[in-house]
Amino acid sequence: MELEVHINGVIEGLDAVTNESLLSLLRREGYSSVKRGCETGECGACTVLVDGIARPSCVMLASQVGGCTVSTVESLGSAEKLHPLQSAFVEVGATGCGFCTSGMLLSAFALLQNNPSPTEEDVRDALSGNLCRCNGYARPVQAVLRAAALLRGERVEPLAHPTVSVDEVSSVATEQVASGESGKHPILQTSAAASGSGGVTTKIPVISAQMLAPSTPVVPAPRTQLHVIGTATAAHHAVKAVTGKGTFAGDFEPRKMAYARVLTSPHAHAVISSIDVSQAKALPEVLAVLTYKDVPRTPYARIERTGETSLLDQYCLDYVVRYVGDRVAVVVAETAEVAEEALRLIKVEYDVQPAILDQRRAMEPGAVRVHAERESLGIVDAERNIATRVRTEIGDVEQGFASSDHVIETEYLVPAIQQAPIEKYTVTTYFDADDYLVVRTNSQIPNYLRRTLAQLTGLPMRRIRVEQPEIGGHLGLRQHIEGEDLCALLTLATRRPVRLEYTREDEFRSNHVHQQYILRMKTGVRRDGKILASQMVVFADTGAYGTHALTAQSHTVHALALYPCANMRFLAEVLYTNHAPASLSQTYELQHEFFALESHLDDVARQLEMDALALRRLNWLQAGARYPLPLAVGASRGMNTIIDSKGLSTCLQLVEEKIGWKTKRNQRKNDRYRRGVGIALGFYGEPGVLPGTSGASIKLNEEGSFELFAGRSENGSQLTTYLTQIAAEVLGVTTEDILLHAADTSSTPFENSANDVVSFYLNGSAVKKAAEQMLRQILSVAGRILNVLPESLKINHGIIKGAHGMQTTLEQVAQHSLYVENRQLMTTSFWKGQTFPMTFAAQGVEVEVDVETGGVRVLNVVTAIDAGNPINPMLSEAQIEGDVAQALGLSLSEEFFYNQDGVPLLKSWSDAHVFSATEMPELQTYLVESHEGSELFGSKAVAGLAFYGVAPALANAILNAADIRIRYLAFTPERILRAIHAYMSRKSA
Amino acid sequence: MATKRSITITVNGQQHQSEIEPRMLLVHYLREILDLTGTHIGCNTSQCGACVVLLNGEAVKACTVLAMQAHGCEITTIEGLAPAGELHPIQTGFWEKHGLQCGFCTPGMIMSSYQLLKDNPHPTEDEICKGLEGNICRCTGYQNIVRAVQDAAEHMSTETSIPVSTQN
Repeated sequence: MELEVHINGVIEGLDAVTNESLLSLLRREGYSSVKRGCETGECGACTVLVDGIARPSCVMLASQVGGCTVSTVESLGSAEKLHPLQSAFVEVGATGCGFCTSGMLLSAFALLQNNPSPTEEDVRDALSGNLCRCNGYARPVQAVLRAAALLRGERVEPLAHPTVSVDEVSSVATEQVASGESGKHPILQTSAAASGSGGVTTKIPVISAQMLAPSTPVVPAPRTQLHVIGTATAAHHAVKAVTGKGTFAGDFEPRKMAYARVLTSPHAHAVISSIDVSQAKALPEVLAVLTYKDVPRTPYARIERTGETSLLDQYCLDYVVRYVGDRVAVVVAETAEVAEEALRLIKVEYDVQPAILDQRRAMEPGAVRVHAERESLGIVDAERNIATRVRTEIGDVEQGFASSDHVIETEYLVPAIQQAPIEKYTVTTYFDADDYLVVRTNSQIPNYLRRTLAQLTGLPMRRIRVEQPEIGGHLGLRQHIEGEDLCALLTLATRRPVRLEYTREDEFRSNHVHQQYILRMKTGVRRDGKILASQMVVFADTGAYGTHALTAQSHTVHALALYPCANMRFLAEVLYTNHAPASLSQTYELQHEFFALESHLDDVARQLEMDALALRRLNWLQAGARYPLPLAVGASRGMNTIIDSKGLSTCLQLVEEKIGWKTKRNQRKNDRYRRGVGIALGFYGEPGVLPGTSGASIKLNEEGSFELFAGRSENGSQLTTYLTQIAAEVLGVTTEDILLHAADTSSTPFENSANDVVSFYLNGSAVKKAAEQMLRQILSVAGRILNVLPESLKINHGIIKGAHGMQTTLEQVAQHSLYVENRQLMTTSFWKGQTFPMTFAAQGVEVEVDVETGGVRVLNVVTAIDAGNPINPMLSEAQIEGDVAQALGLSLSEEFFYNQDGVPLLKSWSDAHVFSATEMPELQTYLVESHEGSELFGSKAVAGLAFYGVAPALANAILNAADIRIRYLAFTPERILRAIHAYMSRKSA
Repeated sequence: MATKRSITITVNGQQHQSEIEPRMLLVHYLREILDLTGTHIGCNTSQCGACVVLLNGEAVKACTVLAMQAHGCEITTIEGLAPAGELHPIQTGFWEKHGLQCGFCTPGMIMSSYQLLKDNPHPTEDEICKGLEGNICRCTGYQNIVRAVQDAAEHMSTETSIPVSTQN
């Protein structure tokens, strides 16, 4: 049918199919700012304005907008002239990965049209239909309030200039905090990024360890003057994000694309006894159908790390299906609808097998084997369903327990959840004009992909190119091959570009899931609180395949090491079940370990009738101590790491103060609503030398700008911003002078970081090293121009200055080298895995428990992270807020349920109960500046660390409020109420 | 918006039915509707020959044919000259004898050469030059193009079957 629609002020005559959604029409017409996050009207990524009202375009028919006015974010403003809402999002760092940004902006725009003076509550309400997984909503809310003030013509406090040095900023004292420990009043400082923004409470105080230490005068540490590091530089891709130009995996379409859909298993464990695809193949417009009969049975891993023992237990397509959602067949057709129809024409008969749906059953004698096949390699004990195991021990643990005054033993359970980034899994494969197989995907492992796809397709590696677009949230779910192998095989079979895009339901059913952990803690303590022996036993569910079995448990850092003692033991069994394969965290997989450890510490303190924080302070890992546990897997990598961070005590002191530990801890009441506070600690780092490398190349352009080839694509962790800041700092220019090209195997140097923390240090250090080499080359050319020694020159703001006022510019240096010396300045450098500094955090939560309903309301979450010298305080804080938002989901609402047949019960966002803007508590985030830290300008990674402490702090706060201890996440009202009833009957008995 | 017309055209052996505006040129139809971008546009005035395709086996300049005029006809473009994964002897000739430099005129040259060799399987050098006079090349000076066609003529005549997808 033909429609006449006013799109962004232009009258357009458009052809639409009767059942086509408005979202599909708009994307087909090239409005790629309208994102596809769910297609069920729940996430808001596809929000557009229809006659001025914000609506999700995925649940509107195109035919409904005939004669209407439709506005997308393209109409708000352009990169040259941003709308105040867009500039506010850029300035306050509200963009995260950028996938939800367009929708948020339009919801905010619609709000401000009707209500120019919204309260914070109004803004949160207006944004409540737009889900975000990156930033915890604090920044978008702040941005909208700031834009509203600007649009009302009010003066807003200017945000900091991007080239103000940390030293300048930290000489301005703005707020005072009473230090709980010392009783002194050290000064809490507000950094550049903190300055005003419409009255929202999201400040970024930078506190140094010295400031909170007893009787230390406030003296900023003498440091090199930094210009770009430490400033609130806008995110590298922020302008793209707010103008809807972010290019994600689904925003690029080669010509003549065909669409793939995967037929998945309805059974948790079955053998395919017959499969007939003839009817599906006969359907017009179906191009190819593949089953296990069409592909070789080659065992592979969805991420095969080299240099470690490989665990190869997966097959492109197999005749055994091992979880509900496992691959059975794949179809490619001219349209996704035809492909979907073809799936229904595939006749499969299953021989259903018994299934393992609880990892505690996996090792039982007589349990069915998830991997009975002989082809799989590297499984520790397939008979007992043990994918891998980790053991590390020092001292004599049993002797330690025997000599303790108290031995406390508890068990904890962390349920499955799915990270669920807003962008769905999307891959496109095609042959380019040179006959290279191009793989464009949002799985963030380009070099692994290239290697594994070469094995599976038979193409030489040189003929495979992996391109990584921006990623609409990584969160640990984009760290494996999800469907690239199938898509590539279909392109090989049809010679056509093929796209495989999951639906939200596919994501929940077929994609990886953070699977369940069961943890047993045992601690032996002396009467005075000194820990003599400790043990953590983990039973991890790796699901049907060990995608991350080796990485999830075998990283070198363990939570238990936070409280070192002479006798320690860590055991983990990583077990196969018939659940979806286990995914990984974006950083280290430690949230379950800290939930157990930090809940357990409060239990120990209770038993000893000791202050929980005093117990921690008595036992914790101190600066100057060695990391206590031997490395479990890959132990030969050596270890002699001395903890150099003094930030933890400052963090704890601050959180103790801010959460009101002393005043609120002991105010037990008998009302219906009972409040309590709890605190938990966390840390991560790499005590061993980890495998991994990363390279960076820089070249100087004729106009004095730099092309930088390095890193991974942006995924919400702000790596690209950090890398441009690092290069700009070394080269004495602004971030606008650094043009970053990331994540394309044809141009970017090799990079194989395991996670966002590793990537921060590896890529950051490689860029720093390459930039330093470039600087030396620049200064030597400048020396020749000015006829002075290069050592006497300094670069600042793109100008190279020597003594007596002599100077030259980068542009002149570039042109001199190109046209006089006839060479271009280029450098390449790499960085290999080293030990990384430990980053510590303390988190406090205040809750209110309704003892009649079991409802838990989180009032406040305080996070203090020992961030070294943060590269970008604004973006680090946004990252921390996002981690807290996700941790709240894990703790309270996002439990991933299966029924008794192993069928996942989550199908949509509404089942997943992700936190929205209105549900977020107050967040207080503090970056504690400490001056030891890394060689990377003393900065430390903060990504993902704030994910660890929220659940245990919440558990401890509930214990404090209502005297109940719940050791099973999530803290749903049902679980709380059951615990309260059990408590009451125990008391009355 | 002009009224659209329905046309049926067989291109490279595959039948296509499309609704098009009557004024649409065949070359635009091939490039934009069917995504067959091997046929190039060099002048739009039928002078350069970059857009030569076969219409019912005869070489035509696709920029001077309306798509409507090809209704019911068979078209062969450079993409359909040889089966997928193989090269036609003329294509092999251009490759072997370096009959191309930038490659922009090459598809048109090859399609014109096809017509030439169909009419005259053993052309002389002069006849080749005459046969390709409607195709302009700015890179090669035509020397190697002539050699390429001679090479193709040799191989086509010695082979038992000529693998051309459109048999007329």
